[in-house]
Amino acid sequence: MPQFWMEDFAPQMVWLVISFIALYLLMARVALPRVADVLETRHGRIADDLDQAAQLKAQAETVIGEYEAALAKARAEAQATIAQAGVEAGVAAEKRNAEVAGILAAEAAAAAGRIGDAKTEALAEMRGVASELAQAAAERLIDAQVPKADADQAVDDAMRNNGSGGR
Amino acid sequence: MTVERHIEHSSPMHQFVIGRLNDWQLGGFDISFSKAAAFMFGAVIVATLFLVLTTSRRAMVPGRWQSVSELWYEFIADMIKETIGSEGRKYFPFVFSLFSFIVICNLLGMLPYSYTVTSHIAVTITLALSVFALTTFIGITRHGTHFLSFFVPKGVPLVMLFLVVPIEVLSYFMRPISHSVRLFANMTAGHTMLKVFGGFVVQMGIFGVLPFALIVALTGLEVAIAVLQAYVFTILTCLYLNDAIHLEH
Repeated sequence: MPQFWMEDFAPQMVWLVISFIALYLLMARVALPRVADVLETRHGRIADDLDQAAQLKAQAETVIGEYEAALAKARAEAQATIAQAGVEAGVAAEKRNAEVAGILAAEAAAAAGRIGDAKTEALAEMRGVASELAQAAAERLIDAQVPKADADQAVDDAMRNNGSGGR
Repeated sequence: MTVERHIEHSSPMHQFVIGRLNDWQLGGFDISFSKAAAFMFGAVIVATLFLVLTTSRRAMVPGRWQSVSELWYEFIADMIKETIGSEGRKYFPFVFSLFSFIVICNLLGMLPYSYTVTSHIAVTITLALSVFALTTFIGITRHGTHFLSFFVPKGVPLVMLFLVVPIEVLSYFMRPISHSVRLFANMTAGHTMLKVFGGFVVQMGIFGVLPFALIVALTGLEVAIAVLQAYVFTILTCLYLNDAIHLEH
């Protein structure tokens, strides 16, 4: 096997040591710092971006908080306005009810007055008619002239007697 | 010192012949440049250019190639974090270079007509001995004589220690052997097998499609092994570093 040709050992080892030292120096001084730099820049950038994202998130949360506070305030104001409007509407309605009730009561009283007048008138007329009817009935039945005063008296009595139940 | 060696060009082993591109000598050392040395520098150039070029845009959202570099970096960083912990950070460039060197050498070896640096025991034993020397050095400088307690497992009866301690010492010194042979054997076996089946394709004529189909499948397997063995070599390095730093079993 050529691997065991001892005369090839020394040159291989010499060039291996030289080339490996060259590789080590190139890696340690040139290549690895470059890659490390790229990686560190990225990690730094990512960390920065994360910081920025956290900051923006905090900002967004503040804005959301403010918005919610404003919303709650507006809601409370609306509720107060609604309540006040309800109270005002209630007051107005009661006032209107009272007015209407007053008008109705007045009209009812007036109507009752008119009814009373009409009744009094009707009763008076009925008394006259009843008295004349009694006079006429007495003249036709017993052929007697009943004085108007007596007839009136009799009608009044009759009306008073039936008054409680006949009404 | 030139020894005449000869291997048939058709032999599955011919691919492991390094040869020489020149005959440099320095203070009695043979430092001849060869295709092995060329592929080692090739790996250095590929690793450096890949990492530098893919990160040239420094994109915030990485493209496909930049993602590969980032994953590559984080793969090793996470491996060290998980096996050694925060004290392993110091050794990150070394572990990263080790993994990159092995994985690129292994993968370059999968290209047709190329050569696999890590298929030579001379290379893998050098890497493994470097790791062994580094971990032993770290263990001794961090813990002084207390480092020797690493060879004395806790809770073992005194009588058993006469047996256990030599085993522990032996297994510690066997580490570079198993560490290097595992990588070398995997690479050599895989490439030899591909070459053997390649020979069958030629020999079997029309029926060569069968070994050819097998080669296609084996090539996929070899790519996976190339990455896996680089990973195994690297994670063992991390575990040895962890032993040296924390003196834990």
